[in-house]
Formats: sequence, structure tokens, C-alpha cells
Amino acid sequence: MDWARTYDVLVVGGGNAGLCAALSARRAGASVLLLESSPRELRGGNSRHTRNLRCMHDQPADVLTGSYPEEEYWEDLRKVTGGQTDEAMARMVIRRSATCRSWMAGHGVRFQPSLGGTLHLSRTNAFFLGGGKALVNAYYRAAEALGVDVAYGAEVRELELTGGRFLSAAVTVKGFGNRARARTLVAAAGGFQGNTAWLREAWGPAADNFIVRGTPYDDGTVLKLLSGAGMRTVGDPTQGHAVAIDARAPRFDGGIVTRVDCVSLGIVVNKHAERFYDEGEEFWPKRYAIWGRLVAQQPDQIAYAIIDAKMPGTFVPPVFPPVEAPTVRELAVALRLDPAALERTVEGFNRAVRPGTFDHAVLDGCATAGLSPPKSHWARRLDTPPFAAYPLRPGITFTYLGLAVDERARVLAADGKPSDNVYAAGEIMAGNILGKGYLAGIGMTIGTVFGTIAGEEAARHAAR
Amino acid sequence: MRPADRLPPELAAEGERVMRLCNACRYCEGFCAVFPALERRLSFAEADLVYLANLCHNCGECWYACQYAPPHEFELAFSRTLAQIRAASYQQNVRPRALAGLLRHGGRTAAWLSAAGLLLFLALELARGGMAGLVAPHADAAGAFHALLSHGAMVAVFLAAGLWAAAALALGLAAFWRQTGERFGDLVASRAAARGFWDALRLRYLDGGGGGCAYPDEVPSPARRRLHHLTVAGFGLCFASTSVAAVYHYGLHLPAPYPILSLPVVLGTLGGAGLLAGPAGLLWLKLRRNPAIVDPAQTGLDVGFLVLLQLAAGTGLLLMALRQTAAMGTLLALHLGLVLALFVTMPYGKFVHAVYRYAALVRYALEQRRPRAAR
Repeated sequence: MDWARTYDVLVVGGGNAGLCAALSARRAGASVLLLESSPRELRGGNSRHTRNLRCMHDQPADVLTGSYPEEEYWEDLRKVTGGQTDEAMARMVIRRSATCRSWMAGHGVRFQPSLGGTLHLSRTNAFFLGGGKALVNAYYRAAEALGVDVAYGAEVRELELTGGRFLSAAVTVKGFGNRARARTLVAAAGGFQGNTAWLREAWGPAADNFIVRGTPYDDGTVLKLLSGAGMRTVGDPTQGHAVAIDARAPRFDGGIVTRVDCVSLGIVVNKHAERFYDEGEEFWPKRYAIWGRLVAQQPDQIAYAIIDAKMPGTFVPPVFPPVEAPTVRELAVALRLDPAALERTVEGFNRAVRPGTFDHAVLDGCATAGLSPPKSHWARRLDTPPFAAYPLRPGITFTYLGLAVDERARVLAADGKPSDNVYAAGEIMAGNILGKGYLAGIGMTIGTVFGTIAGEEAARHAAR
Repeated sequence: MRPADRLPPELAAEGERVMRLCNACRYCEGFCAVFPALERRLSFAEADLVYLANLCHNCGECWYACQYAPPHEFELAFSRTLAQIRAASYQQNVRPRALAGLLRHGGRTAAWLSAAGLLLFLALELARGGMAGLVAPHADAAGAFHALLSHGAMVAVFLAAGLWAAAALALGLAAFWRQTGERFGDLVASRAAARGFWDALRLRYLDGGGGGCAYPDEVPSPARRRLHHLTVAGFGLCFASTSVAAVYHYGLHLPAPYPILSLPVVLGTLGGAGLLAGPAGLLWLKLRRNPAIVDPAQTGLDVGFLVLLQLAAGTGLLLMALRQTAAMGTLLALHLGLVLALFVTMPYGKFVHAVYRYAALVRYALEQRRPRAAR
């Protein structure tokens, strides 16, 4: 890169959204500098951990089966967000999701049919061959081939704006200060989940028990700098994509393998060995994203998913072996739970299970009766040793507090007027569409759609 | 299991760890057969690790796609771990077991046995014609080779070497198959066997899920697959050349050497060219490959085999070109010595990968017909 140069477009953040912005701006003829705060080996932010994007389509298309029309997509999104979304913007993203696969393939992304254990997503989500890191690698190769300048280990420290107009950024690259000048700025630097102090500000001391499943490089600096410069934010700082993950996961960056997919098969108890939510309320893919928050609301932010020997083999095996014991009592001892309390909970649950034909592939009739909270489906007695448990913690992938944007990806000032030359894409603005909840694969859809829009808009602006 | 059949405990533990990681992730499923095969499993015993390791071509795709590769704290080096397990499995299945050391030092073994082969044939030639016979120029006439070297002696040496190699490879294959717990009949005569053979031959899974492999660097490329095909084709053509020559000799009573445009010479020349160019390309890629994805302990084994193929082919072509000169006697001994070394080292060198890959792919084909338990 050339620090003396004034680029047309400065992209901050080298994940999917930033790369889509850089590629589309470069394709439109702009000179582009992309700053990625991680070292090259860990580049790509949370996109490294993704595996698909959710696409609207009216008939079977390449790797996608059936159809997934706009209305159904919108209904799914409306349900998970409880209406906390911007319908016009969401529908724009949904409609554009129908065409982004060919753009992606044109920049080296390869697709594959849905993965083992994800058949339920084969209709709605297009999977990347090799996952998100392979996608990120393809985009970086395309960016290099097109002449996008990329700086790794490049952290933005300050943004120079006057009257909402971006001028330059102070950047530290591998410990040395530089200034990046550009006619436009695309903020694609993700949420703030990597910033534990900020999480604590939002959540209080409970945040100390959170595990950050996403990248630690998303520290929210750009979000903070732009909101400090008078840009409008959207969303609640406690909202984000958070799932219940194995409590033994790495502190940061554990990604997909830390998932525990047996919640809907067994029961989940808190530190008092009590159940606290209907584990079989809905299909797991429709519920996994609420369990991070559910566990976060439990004392000490810990829970335990408990199954018996009937269940292994019917869910994707978690990365860490379970805690196992021949009796419920011994399992409680191993988990340091009150043995009598856990026995009581399991016995109460077993008594409440009504006869039914278990089928994990459908909303079956196996439910409890007279139990609070109930288990609505897939309720089977826990009676076959060995009993096994996976400890759970809230695992945050990314936060939703973000920059308010319009449909052209322009960041809005406090007065609601769009900024002259500042754009945002990806997780840093996903909160415009995701007020709460999560829909598998929609993060990549938002990033791809807004990334390409931001790149095109910035290039057009710079050419004026 | 006998101690010699066990993987080193740390390697088995690391193998189990990486399999657990990959089974929980599954992003690489579309690249090759290894991932769908591991997803059928909930636990990874040594026999599973050996089977999975021999399905892997070490193409590199999964390394570049892996979100857990170093410097991530999981330090997942899947293809390198599999390479190490694969090498250990070659050791386990060496027959006779006493010769495991030959395979462990595959490069050195190739070199020493080549020298021994050369000396053997020089001695045979000297015994027949003395020093004068060895360095005399030769007419390009039928039977010129056998004026130097008794046909009976040559056939006896190669028959013994060939039988030895075939027996040792078959015993190794049987040992590998026994570990899988599958039926022996399925290995040689089944639809799965045909599928496995075809998939091994066409290198079906050395394609990164379509579009080539991340070898030698991260850009998907068909180079390695094509060069491997070139090498195998060269090997096959040389084998065909020898077979046709045997028919000429025994069926048509035409002794070697044959005219330049005869079938054995044309096949041998094309094959020799393939065996020079294919391994040259593979060696070139090997020089440029990412050191992070390979097991450096196996470089000698790989390089020894590739160089031996090239030397055998190169001396064969030279012999054809210079067969009327005084160098012919020495070249003949050199070429035959190298070919002999190639045969003898087949069970103790990199060639074994073909045998175990075939077996692993047959098993994969068998497994694919069975319902999948773990979803």
C-alpha cells in the first residue's frame, strides 16, 4: 500500500462485507485500500467461521433445493426478530440475496450441497465449499488480482471527520503509525464482541462468564469512533448472535465446533439442577440462537445439557467428550451439582413424559404433561446409562449494536441525514435488520448485499 | 494388536483429537472422501485413523480452508497429522516385518538397492563376456543384449524380484484389510472393489471438490493430479512395453533389442518420457509446496521413489539411444539394476501408497452403501 496516496475508497475490515465492498469498488474503477486488523493467518473476521448464506430462490437453483420465496424468508426473519427489523431494508436484502451467488462465484467462491447434519438447511442456505475461510481466501486472491491494496495487522486508532465527512484515518500497522487518506470510507469492522470491557458495560458482571465464539479482532473501535463523531446507532448493546456453547471452549474464536446440538434431545438444567426452558419447543436450527441468551440469564451463566445413552449418534458429536456417569446421582457429583436436586429434576421429567413415537426429523408427539416448563417435542425418559452432560455457556458470535444506515449503505448522522462519504456494511450495521434473534446464514447475506452496495456507492461517490 | 501394529500413543491421541474437531465442524466435507468417512464415526480407534489417513492425498485444500489451523489455539494440522499416521501405517503393514527399516529409510533403501542392482548385472555381464565383452561396441542386431547377459539369468532375477514384491505387497494389503474388519472377498471381487479401483486410478479425490487442489500453494490447481496421471501412464506404458517384448520373445521368438519403430520400443519410449516428465513435475511441485502441510520425515521416501522412477526411465532411453556404442554394456547393467531396485523396493517405498489407497477407497465404497448413523 501507498500511505502517501489518497485512495478513492478506504475499507476498514477484511471480512466478507469489507471484501465485497473492496471488490465491487475496485470493479467500478476505484482505487481501494483495505485494512484488516488481524494478521494474515487469521484474516476474515467472523467470516472465517461461517459456512453458508441464506438465499431467496423461486425454484431449485445450483446447490439449493426447492424454493424459498421472498414472503417465506421475510416471515422467518420477522418471527426471529419479533418484528424488530426494518421491513423495507430487509426485503431489499432478501431480494438481492437471489442473485448474489453468481457474483460470489465470479470472485472464486465455490459452493457445495448442504453439509452432513444440515439437511434442513439445504433449501434455504447455500454452503461454501470448505466454509467461510475458503470464501475469504478466494476473495483475497480476487482482490489481489484486481489490485486492491491490503494491509494486515492494521488497526484504526482515529478517524478524522469534519461535519460528518471522512478525511483520513490514523492507523497502526504492526506497531507503527500511519495515516490513510481516502475520498470515501466503508466501515466493515464488525461488532464489538471482542471487547470484553464493552460487553461488561452492556451486561454487567455476567459478561465475565461469556465466551466469545467469534473473532477477538472485532473490538468495536470503528463503531465507537463513528458514533463518537455523531453518527446514529441502532440496536441494543445486549443483543447479538449468541448461542449456548460448550463451556470448555476457548475464550475467543472457538467457532462452529463449540456448538452442542443435543439440547432438543435431552434436558437442560441450571446450576441448581433445575430446568428453565422448553428444550423441545421447535426444531433446533430455529431455536439454537435463543439459547445463548437463555443461559446468560441463568445464575452464574452456566447450564448443563443432559442426555442418556439412547441419544449419541443422532446429533453432530460435539468437539469435547461429555462428562459421563453410570447414574444421575454420580453425574451430578461429577458436575458439582446437588445430587438430590438433579435426581428430583430427572425423576420429575421422566414421570411427565407421555408415550409417543420419537422422531427427531419431525415435530413429533413426544411431549411432557403437567411439567413446568414443559418439553413439547422429542421428550424421552432419561433412563439408559451411561448418562452424559455437556456444560454450556453463552457464546457470543457478534453484537448487534451498530451504525444506522440507509438502503444505499450510507451511514446516518444523528439528525437522520445520510453521511456524504461514510458507508457501512456487515455486522457493524446488521442491527438495522436484526433487532434481536438470528436466522442461520443471514449475517453473510447482509454482509454480501450491503458490502457490494457500499463498494459501488463509494466508488461512484469518489468518481464524482 | 502386536506392539508393531500400534500407532505411537501421542500420534493416536492427536489423530483422535483432530478427528473430533473435524467431525464437529464438517466444513471440509466437499473436498474429498476423508470427511464424509469420518462423519460416519463417533469415535476414532487406531484402525479408523489408519483407514482415514490412507484416504487422504494431502492435497492441502483443508489446510487453507481450516479456521482452526495454526495460529488458532486448536493448532489443527489435519493433513500433516494424517500424513504421519499414513507413514506409521506403512510401517505397520510391511511384510516381512523385519524389513520395516527399509521403508523407514526409503530414500536410502532406493539408493543402496540401485547400487546393488547395478553391481549384480555388471557381475553377470562380466561373468559372461569378461571386460572385453562389456566395453565392446555392439551391432544393433537382434540378440545383442543377450550376447552380454544371459536371458535365462535376467529372467530368473526379475521373476524372483517380481514375485517377492508381489507377495510382500499382497501380504501388506491383507494386513491393512484385516485391520478394517471388512470381508476379504469385498476387497478383490465386488462392485465396491471396482469402484475403489476406478476412483484410485482416476484420482477422483485429488481434485479439491472440483477445480483442483491447493497444491503446491493455496491457489486451486490441477497440476499435481495431471502430473500424477502422467507418471502412472508412463509406468503403465513401460509395463506394457515389457509385456509386449515378452510376447515377442517367447511367442514370436524375436529377441531384444527391437527396431526403433517396433511396438515395445515405441511404448517404452513414450512410457519413459512420461516417467521422466511426471516425476520431474511432481518433484518441482514438492520443492514449492507449503512446508506447513507436510510431514518432513517422509521427504526421503517420496523423493527416493520419484528419482528412482526417473533414473530407470532415463537409463532406459539412454540405452536405446546408445545401444550401438561401447557404453551399451554398462548402460544395460545400470538400467536393469535400477529397474530391479524399483521392483524390490516396491513394498518398501512410496509405491505402497497406491495399494493402501486402493484398499481405503474400496472400503469407502463399501461404507457408502450403508446407512449413515451419525447425523
